[in-house]
Amino acid sequence: MRIFDPHIHMTSRTTDDYEAMYAAGVRALVEPAFWLGQPRTSPASFFDYFDSLLGWEPFRAAQHGIAHHCTIALNPKEANDPRCTPVLDALPRYLVKDSVVAVGEIGYDSMTPAEDTALAAQLQLASDHGLPALVHTPHRDKAAGLKRTLDVLRESDLPPDRVVLDHLNETTVGDATDSGCWLGFSIYPDTKMDPERMVRILRVHGTERVLVNSAADWGRSDPLKTLHVGEAMIAAGFSDDDVDQVLWRNPVAFYGQSGRLSLDIADPGALHEGNSILRGGE
Amino acid sequence: MLTPDLPPEDPWITRLDKALRDRLSTSARTWLDEALTEATSHAAAAAAPATDTEAPAPARRSPSPAAPPVWEPRFASAGRHCLRSEPPHHADPEAAEAARVLILCAARADGATVARLYEHGTAAERRAVLLALPHLPLHTGGTTGTDDRPGLPLIEDALRTNDTRLVAAAVGPYAARHLDAHAWRHAVLKCLFTGVSVDAVAGLAERSRGDAELARMLGDYARERTSAGRPVPEDLPRVLVLTQQSPLSADATAGPSSSEEA
Repeated sequence: MRIFDPHIHMTSRTTDDYEAMYAAGVRALVEPAFWLGQPRTSPASFFDYFDSLLGWEPFRAAQHGIAHHCTIALNPKEANDPRCTPVLDALPRYLVKDSVVAVGEIGYDSMTPAEDTALAAQLQLASDHGLPALVHTPHRDKAAGLKRTLDVLRESDLPPDRVVLDHLNETTVGDATDSGCWLGFSIYPDTKMDPERMVRILRVHGTERVLVNSAADWGRSDPLKTLHVGEAMIAAGFSDDDVDQVLWRNPVAFYGQSGRLSLDIADPGALHEGNSILRGGE
Repeated sequence: MLTPDLPPEDPWITRLDKALRDRLSTSARTWLDEALTEATSHAAAAAAPATDTEAPAPARRSPSPAAPPVWEPRFASAGRHCLRSEPPHHADPEAAEAARVLILCAARADGATVARLYEHGTAAERRAVLLALPHLPLHTGGTTGTDDRPGLPLIEDALRTNDTRLVAAAVGPYAARHLDAHAWRHAVLKCLFTGVSVDAVAGLAERSRGDAELARMLGDYARERTSAGRPVPEDLPRVLVLTQQSPLSADATAGPSSSEEA
């Protein structure tokens, strides 16, 4: 089973997790920029975080044989803090980077006017940079939050097939499907979705346009939940090809729209003795 | 074509340009041509006399993060444009790195520019900046950081990381020329610690020669590894032998010279 986790916060995970993920079949992942648990108080704190998503974390992932890409954004929660919102002005310099495959996580947390502004501005940035968008749906008042998200999306330049609506569940999957967006499901130990409920949704809605992720972060979460969904799908009678579509081909197709997905895993050691082209110049 | 007083082409750059083109797909070569033209035009405009009666070229605006010179997005996006010539045209990180070095040279990036690009760069961009340092006219613009060695803060930053891609790129000719003896010895030791081949260390034989302090550090490290029952890095004895060569001259280990020429 080859697995692409389309949403996982490796910054918060250990090397044991990387080893377990590789052993489970994870060969690629996308790490969205999000809240770190501890609120940030200045744009510079975001810049260090973005640099980590573009430098250090891909290095860690490559050491474990996993291709690392990221999404960059001002997250909805911190979009409410005026100390953080100047980050929006600096996003263009990050959105041109090679390993940035979407704008995200954007969306709603508490559905405030500041979140409206940040969401609309960042959907425009996605359109301007030829990037898809990873849209977080709120944990509180989720169904109303999804409706408001879809209203903003309809007014944006970004077509629905370049948007994934994440953290969906049984109450929101219908509206999300009707929108034409990609459907993201986060599988958690206690909250969000679990593998058995995910299988029931796949039975009803099929495997098209569905992304399954662990969204593992600094909270109680499990980076192997993608594997558990694959196992639950097989146990429920889905084919290996169905599993491959959900856990590999769908995320490749969604993020591939950026034109920046590179699934070759560079061995960090290969650069230690220099670049053969540069050596040729010497 | 603007013809300011640009220095003659560095033969290393000419060879690098050819080696890179031999490896790239047709579309990637076209992209490289456009990127180098933009960078060269920027350098020419920046070098043109200030009393130019024509409207100032856009490239002469002072660079800022909000409005970078037009070649800088090319520098950032090289990885997704530099694809291998043979199908299925996979990404080619080595080619992207060579392209970035060529773009920096064509733009005649100065100290302030390389500092900004490094600060805002991905690991791949930072590597390209570090590798290009010996070939750039760092003093032609405003400089930041350490006095007459504007690239040194970038080398020091890279050596503080544990990213071996950056460590390997940091210990090139610029570090050999400008790092003081203490910092250079720690750079060599860091390579041994992190598994970076000392083949990456420029000027290794010259700077190690007769360096008794480096020899002591290597010996202590070897004893620490041995007493823990762990293997000694295979490069370590090689460097130790170099330290035991007689010094060529009194200043062989005296630290950086003041020369800025590559």
